[in-house]
Amino acid sequence: MAERTLRVCALYPDLMNIYADRGNMLMLERRCAWRGIGFELTAAGLGDPVDPDAHDLFYLGGGQDRDQQLCAQDLVDTKRDALHAAAGRGAVVMGICGGIQLLGDHYELGTERVPGIGLADLHTVRAIDGSRLIGNVAIEVELPGLDGPRVLAGFENHGGRTYLAAGEVPLGRVLKGHGNDGRSGFEGVLRGTVIGTYLHGPLLPKNAWFADWLMATALGVDPGSLSALDDRLEDAAHQSARHAAGV
Amino acid sequence: MSLLAAKVATARAAGALSRRSGRGGTSLPGKLLLRMEPDAVGALARRLRDGNAVISATNGKTTTAAMVASILERGGHRLVHNRAGANMAGGIAGTLLEAAGPNGSIDGDVGLFEIDEFWLDRLVGQLHPRALLLANLFRDQLDRYGELEAIADRWQSVVADAQDTTLVLNADDPLVADLGRERVGTDSVVFFGVEDPAMALDGMAHAADSKHCRRCGAPYHYDLIFLGHLGHYHCDACGATRPAPQVAAERVVLDGLRGARITMRLPAATVDVRLPLPGLYNVYNALAAAALAGALGATPDDIVAGLEEVAAAFGRAETVRVDGHDLLMLLVKNPAGANEVLRTLALEDGEHDLLAVLNDHTADGRDVSWIWDADFEKLAGRLRHVTCSGTRAPEMALRLKYAGVPEDRLTVEPDLASGLDRALAAVPEQPGLLVAIPTYTAMLELRRELVTRGVAGSSFG
Repeated sequence: MAERTLRVCALYPDLMNIYADRGNMLMLERRCAWRGIGFELTAAGLGDPVDPDAHDLFYLGGGQDRDQQLCAQDLVDTKRDALHAAAGRGAVVMGICGGIQLLGDHYELGTERVPGIGLADLHTVRAIDGSRLIGNVAIEVELPGLDGPRVLAGFENHGGRTYLAAGEVPLGRVLKGHGNDGRSGFEGVLRGTVIGTYLHGPLLPKNAWFADWLMATALGVDPGSLSALDDRLEDAAHQSARHAAGV
Repeated sequence: MSLLAAKVATARAAGALSRRSGRGGTSLPGKLLLRMEPDAVGALARRLRDGNAVISATNGKTTTAAMVASILERGGHRLVHNRAGANMAGGIAGTLLEAAGPNGSIDGDVGLFEIDEFWLDRLVGQLHPRALLLANLFRDQLDRYGELEAIADRWQSVVADAQDTTLVLNADDPLVADLGRERVGTDSVVFFGVEDPAMALDGMAHAADSKHCRRCGAPYHYDLIFLGHLGHYHCDACGATRPAPQVAAERVVLDGLRGARITMRLPAATVDVRLPLPGLYNVYNALAAAALAGALGATPDDIVAGLEEVAAAFGRAETVRVDGHDLLMLLVKNPAGANEVLRTLALEDGEHDLLAVLNDHTADGRDVSWIWDADFEKLAGRLRHVTCSGTRAPEMALRLKYAGVPEDRLTVEPDLASGLDRALAAVPEQPGLLVAIPTYTAMLELRRELVTRGVAGSSFG
């Protein structure tokens, strides 16, 4: 029995998985295993209640429009309070792609208004012309427990433009790519342990250092206290993703 | 000389000039023609005495078209066919341009066109095909194509506007089969599907799509899953169900990488087919080809012979001899296709030597996220050595590491020519088998390299 266990709750993994979100889970699972840290993955689907105290990291990926709307309503109906309680006690709640949109106040899709769970003070609007922000992206982030800025590399593909309310802090500053709205230079959101980003799908495989930071934050330990791994291939993959973004 | 003829001549000359200057140019003359004459595709296609047929799908377009061509040619047809897979407007126009002759003539009697799933609506309206084969929709290049449901919606309007066209649809793909719902029971639709329960998987693949009813949104209930989201399904909520196929694989035996044996029920007869292409995905391609060729009037004899004699399409299950080894190329471009290739490789005993080439050019999809949706885990314990190459080589290697391949079995060499050398050198037996799994542009690049080395034929035409 491992001394510590990272307990992850994947929200709607069968519906909100459009961009290979599994890669992120796999990254956490293996890196825990190599360090002798336990890993526990629980799925919470439509209608399933969530125990705020039973998980260290809640993960919400992206989905097709119809699936995302199904999940939005279900989140509000059955999981909002639990996720607020979880974030309140320091669990990580992470929304990627469609996930960041649902963390906010609401998402305007033309005349329709999809509710969010209000964990971050932001809202999202679908572009009137339907245009999407697509491409490789790199952002610069400064995260608690790390000395100095780091680069997150990934890929974005979103029709929504996300606007942060005054005082809300982005996850990072866009170095290359579009970011939240294509104009502000902001990417994602960071409020305590609530994290949102458009860097979709296998974000963690492209940024092993960030996988470790997430793991440490969810476990409530100093990122520097995690044992080092042989990350030569991870570093090469990170460089490859950065190179694709032009950074 | 008519106005169209003059434009055809101009576009052709430009193509010849471009080829002479070494700039290639398969789609350039077609594009030029379309700029001068936007309706050129329709105008030239009308010259075909026996009309034309159109094929679209996420996976298997080129191979299915090669099968249909093989069947129809046995029946004595002369085809105008975009064989090399240039499947957008410029490619179709170029193919017709190439065949167009003087005085409104054309060299061929039937047109056979594979068309990119995104270009279907723009081209079907001009081509007025006799038959339209829609074979499958899988998650693919989301950066370029967008969501599956959006493509299905576009296809829906294509189908609605093609009332005189016979639809040939995959009964096992709910997203595709539903396009024929208004025509079920009429002779304007032909369904094909797999009926052999022995081919069923234990469960749905991670990256399966279309899990929810196209009509009412409730989850489909699957009794059998054959490939991705293809299988026997129904909706408990609204009663939607898989249509009964008129062309069906009643029994399938997969012979590893060599091919497959199919007992195939056609409307007129049940036949045995020895397919020289491997994997259940090629069984689906063969069913689709048989159904389409049948809809165009091919006899069961021609269908059997045509399928049994089909040659691998460009880079799809194509084998060449290089440095004393067999190099088998299996194109992979999305999770569903990759999973089938991995499943087919797993049918062969022993450990495999692989050359995995991951590119991220526009035609591959700029977004390489999809490799994390493909189930490399299934083969991870059976890989002796993998050389990872291409523009995103390290990310391919990382995917395999996390799938469970020990790092000392992985080599990263972004340069394809060097990667090929290292992959060949790593094959211990003489002669051995090296399996290449390139993305689309990587496949073209690999073939060019093999042509340069004098071990592969240059191409079609």
